[in-house]
Amino acid sequence: MKEVIEQLLKDKFAKAAIIVLGLIYAALFLADFLAPYTKDFSDRSMAYVPPSKIFTIDENGRLSKPYTYNYIREFDNETLQMQYKLDRSQKYYLKFFAKGMPYKFLGIIPMKRHLVTVEDSGRLFLLGTDINGRDVFSRLLFGGRISMTIGFLALFVLFPIGLLYGGISGYFGGKADTLMMRFAEAVMSIPSFYLLIILASILPSGMTSIQRFILIVVILALIGWAGFARVVRGMVLSIKTREFVQAAKSIGQSDLGIIVKHILPQTTSFVIVAMTLSVPSYILSESGLSFLGLGIQQPDASWGNMLKEAQEFTNIIYRPWLLTPGFLIFVAVLAFNLIGDTIRDVLDPKSQMR
Amino acid sequence: MKILKYIFKRILQTIPLLIIVSIISFFIIRLSPVDPLAELRLNPSVSQETLQKEAERLGLDKPVIVQYGLWAKSFLKGDLGITSNGEKVSVKLKERIPNTLLLTVVVIFLTWIVGIPLGILAALKWKSPFDRILTVLTSIGMAIPSFFFAVLLLIFAVRTGWFPVGGLTSPNFADMGLISQIKDIAHHLFLPVTVLFTISLAGLQRQMRANMLDVLDSDYVKFARAKGLSEFKVIYKHALRNAVNPLITLLGFEFAGLLSGAALTEYVFQYPGLGRLILEAVLKSDINLVMASLMMGAAMLIAGNLLADILLIITDPRVKT
Repeated sequence: MKEVIEQLLKDKFAKAAIIVLGLIYAALFLADFLAPYTKDFSDRSMAYVPPSKIFTIDENGRLSKPYTYNYIREFDNETLQMQYKLDRSQKYYLKFFAKGMPYKFLGIIPMKRHLVTVEDSGRLFLLGTDINGRDVFSRLLFGGRISMTIGFLALFVLFPIGLLYGGISGYFGGKADTLMMRFAEAVMSIPSFYLLIILASILPSGMTSIQRFILIVVILALIGWAGFARVVRGMVLSIKTREFVQAAKSIGQSDLGIIVKHILPQTTSFVIVAMTLSVPSYILSESGLSFLGLGIQQPDASWGNMLKEAQEFTNIIYRPWLLTPGFLIFVAVLAFNLIGDTIRDVLDPKSQMR
Repeated sequence: MKILKYIFKRILQTIPLLIIVSIISFFIIRLSPVDPLAELRLNPSVSQETLQKEAERLGLDKPVIVQYGLWAKSFLKGDLGITSNGEKVSVKLKERIPNTLLLTVVVIFLTWIVGIPLGILAALKWKSPFDRILTVLTSIGMAIPSFFFAVLLLIFAVRTGWFPVGGLTSPNFADMGLISQIKDIAHHLFLPVTVLFTISLAGLQRQMRANMLDVLDSDYVKFARAKGLSEFKVIYKHALRNAVNPLITLLGFEFAGLLSGAALTEYVFQYPGLGRLILEAVLKSDINLVMASLMMGAAMLIAGNLLADILLIITDPRVKT
């Protein structure tokens, strides 16, 4: 394990990936503090406002404390469109580490300080707003909490199921094995995305957001277990012929005990690699599901459901700031893939020679 | 003869698989609290009589197992029921399946044509700048979410006006000559194919590169070189054949991945394929349509795997039949 980490830090790409992921997770951890607004803040009169412009040089050409202007809505008589224009009559200075909207840090400690806020009645939308006048930047941070953890949670549900299923199937062999594997193959025969949307669509409406989150995790786990169980079964088939299994049997260890205590621990390194390699695919699945409106629901944010607004032509052409969650998904998945590749290279001695 | 027997055996094996798939899908769908006829009831153009017939055909008042039996019976007869618009499900599927097949086959063909040579080149020029750049590019290709890429291409299409957005054919398709019809379809296919191609190319190129590196490292390639064979013969006659075989097994998986990936891409581009059909059906909770397209998706996937297996016995004599 130590060797793996050393190798990871040696590889330039992997090191960059670790730093990027570290920054992302740190930002998500501190989301309440970093975000100028809370998750549920919305200003209905400010729908689709473009990103705030921040000025550090004032109108006289002198250096000034950073300030911003509010946007006002105006009807353009020539293009017949609503447009936002900077209202240059009133300056709003940025305040750092100042008191703003109250929140509970990590859901427990009540706090008021934010990294950056703006003077009263000013609005600071670093990445613009969405249709409900909610700050995209703040929602990116809160949405990331869901998008970046859901994959890991799904894996923690999926792996025990897959391990046990594959372990039992491989250990007992015979008819039980054939039956169990046929079932797993059948699950794998349904195109996974089809299965995903159908499972998500039968979730009853009117659940709390926590319930929905948990059920989405379970659904994601239900998609991947079969393939994993099959690989585990293959490994168990060879492990069960080893002497220590015979020894455990001869001292009267129960079958389940042998599987859980002696056989499955042998698959640890495979499990770790498989886990790191499959995190990105779960991030992508969740975002795809939420993009279609079947995953995480409003008013909760996730990177996928924030992109839902990008389905409209006018949005993607006139309001490009709504696309930012897509870039974040891309960066996160890329970073996970780079780390996964390096881990695979390190654990596979053959590829190390190259 | 032996090969034919093996193929026959493999085809027989798919039958229990399809039965289990149908049972799983049926029970998942029946788990939902939705009334399968709700949409039909709301549709004023559907007569009371049709409703009655549907309710009877589905056996809604009977226990779930009997319902499954009824469904299976009518499925085998080719009667898939009607959609919530009152259309026949089988007609709808017949319209959509060829489109999805066209999309996936074109994508698989292109990825193989481009991915295999790129994999070979990267392996031959291993650790050269060319190889490095390809590795970076494939990492990017694998990381970009298909639907997001599709949205970006959509912006591009709308901004430039170079590509039609949505559908598979232009409105005046019927009046065109054969050649312009083919051109029209190709024009519409370009964007969805680009999305799926980019995503699946990355995986294939990497796999080919890894296989080729393995093979180039093996004893028989060293022997062939020692024997004084030309480099061309070593690579294209000995190494390549062995490096491609594992990819044929992957063909089945690739097909499965494409079916799933295509659903989102079809949705964004409004492409009339099976993936979008099932999505719309799910959103409308159109049970007949969901069930039938789920079965068709599974059947296509199983057929894809079967085809890959058969191809493998032809190309690799070591596979036991």
